[in-house]
Amino acid sequence: MKQSNIGKFGIFGGRHVPETLIPALDELDYNYQKLKKNKQFQKELTYLLQNYAGRPTPLYFAKNLTKYLKGPKIFLKREDLLHSGAHKINNTIGQGLLAYKMGKKRIIAETGAGQHGVATAMASAIFGLETVIYMGAKDVGRQQSNVFRMNLLNAKVHPVTSGSMTLKDSVNEALRDWITNVETTHYLIGTVMGPHPFPTMVRDFQSIIGREIKEQITQETGSLPDSIIACIGGGSNAIGTFFPFINDNKVRLYGVEAGGKGVNSKHHAATLSRGRIGILHGMKSYFLQDEYGQIKEAHSISAGLDYPGVGPEHAYLRDNKRVSYSVVTDDEAIRAYLLLSKLEGIIPALESSHAIAYLVKNSKKFSEDNIVVVTISGRGDKDLQIVKERLEETGSFKESNKTGVEKKAISDA
Amino acid sequence: MPETERNKVSMLFEKLSKKGEKALICYVVGCYPDIETSKEIVSTLIDSGADIIEIGIPFSDPMADGPIIQAASLKALARGITPSTCFRFVNEMKKKYSNTPFLFMTYSNIVFSNNLRNFLTAAKKNQVDGFIIPDLNIEESQEYVGIARQLGLATIFLSAPNTAKKRLVEIASISSGFVYMVSIFGTTGSRSKFEKYTFDAVSKTKEITNRHKIPLAVGFGISNPKDGRNMIKSGADGIIVGSSLLKLILENENDKEKMLFYLGSFIKELKGVCR
Ligand SMILES: Cc1ncc(COP(=O)(O)O)c(C=O)c1O
Repeated sequence: MKQSNIGKFGIFGGRHVPETLIPALDELDYNYQKLKKNKQFQKELTYLLQNYAGRPTPLYFAKNLTKYLKGPKIFLKREDLLHSGAHKINNTIGQGLLAYKMGKKRIIAETGAGQHGVATAMASAIFGLETVIYMGAKDVGRQQSNVFRMNLLNAKVHPVTSGSMTLKDSVNEALRDWITNVETTHYLIGTVMGPHPFPTMVRDFQSIIGREIKEQITQETGSLPDSIIACIGGGSNAIGTFFPFINDNKVRLYGVEAGGKGVNSKHHAATLSRGRIGILHGMKSYFLQDEYGQIKEAHSISAGLDYPGVGPEHAYLRDNKRVSYSVVTDDEAIRAYLLLSKLEGIIPALESSHAIAYLVKNSKKFSEDNIVVVTISGRGDKDLQIVKERLEETGSFKESNKTGVEKKAISDA
Repeated sequence: MPETERNKVSMLFEKLSKKGEKALICYVVGCYPDIETSKEIVSTLIDSGADIIEIGIPFSDPMADGPIIQAASLKALARGITPSTCFRFVNEMKKKYSNTPFLFMTYSNIVFSNNLRNFLTAAKKNQVDGFIIPDLNIEESQEYVGIARQLGLATIFLSAPNTAKKRLVEIASISSGFVYMVSIFGTTGSRSKFEKYTFDAVSKTKEITNRHKIPLAVGFGISNPKDGRNMIKSGADGIIVGSSLLKLILENENDKEKMLFYLGSFIKELKGVCR
């Protein structure tokens, strides 16, 4: 048997799944390839993205942050303004429509903090599909309000009590469900991970982010940006942002991973920076794992980045150096969260705060005439409690209560 | 058949076939609940009639496994079981049971993430006879099959009830030892009743394995002699049990004698339908 190139990004990606799923992946790939070129499908997708999700999202010149950093001109891609509050809905509407057209009756999905679960439940509601969301029992406890949101949206939330009871275990459990109910069910994976065709398909659905940026920035400034920054969990908002620029070699691309409590601690999610090549969840990529190949738990203050693997295309782009990947810690992300809220009146998701933090940390690297685009993948309302607790823990909240949170926040940054 | 493919597994099926017998294949999680008890468990299985032993090397994320094997794997990991522990375990067991084939069943990451050739070579050195890797598809198997052939390890690939005929042909021709048909849409674990689609799939798969002169074993969810007999009637050359054994082990963890007694009588009953 010849080694297959199907769904490969260099040596990464491919298909590594129980045999039962192969016919479902073939069926999905076949239908996706067919519908991708279908005018009616594209028309319906565009309609929903515009009138349900709220596309196109603005590209906003962040005048105050630009002034504050005395660095490059900063533009923010406002995915936080989408319905559901994050970019996840670009993908769930796409896959939801696809599943509906394929005649599937039931949707399953994994979720960490609940963002993808909520976006999936919304897409399912549009198409009237039965929905089960797998969520780690630990995450159910931490994210009660998103569980309630999913319930309101008519999705069942299934707490996962196996393994470490977090995101990676909900992926396992969703895969087990899919193996069992493969004929009626579509597994709506939330990021550019999993077996082929998921990494390619999710990238295509998210690439609308980068395509819009390209058009908007050219209109606004007359040229392409010098640099683009996005955060990396599984990597979907980042690849969606980067992909339309991949062949524009002058545009530098920066992916920012979650450094948690520091990459030298045991508590981080810096898969590309600290992981090793392995095979999990249907794909070959980088994973956090021990010397024997047992997968480790990831840690990040932002639940959306808390995954011990990464999409295979990022593994490829890391190795061929088209994208530079680096790491931002929990504390740096929180400072960026406070800073953007104060300066621009935009509360970014903690995930997106990692991208902002990278820029704040490295603003000296960019010259003043540079144009930098940062993707704000989601809004930060979901993180208010976490940030408040963290500020109280570190004592900076009480103190700043007297003087005003914002001032303290800026002096921290 | 090329000489290298005549490994212990193939030889065993030939021997059984001459006697008109089917193979009873038993899966246990390696070194569970502990190394000494696990040795006694495996000895009991073989002494009571098991023909082939599958040792599961525990993995943190066993996506093809149901709750019983997940639980045992995680406990084994928490107790410090590593691939090397499992290698040594097989080596020890082979001193007494040199004629019984021992297979490793584990996930791709365990085999691939630490230098594939070294891993397979170490397995061979410790007298492992072959591998079953439920998340390894034929498209990704070239290097693995190449090295395993050189070393004389059996490469047992899996098929499913929904596997297309054309693909079954590819699976049968790349497998050595036997083809492992997953009986159901689902993960490992006991089922109360099998549906018609399972038996139809066994017959369909058997036609193809027959043409390729490779035995067919069926597993996932077999929990009693009647299930086993039905699989054999539909064409299986062997039956595989795992979760049912682990259930007995987990339930009687505090009473070893009872555990071994139950395991022994269960295996005798199952082997009964293989004769
Ligand atoms: C707002 C937001 N940003 C980023 C991510 C990370 O995912 P990805 O790397 O796939 O964009 C998530 C995941 O839940 C998210 O909710």
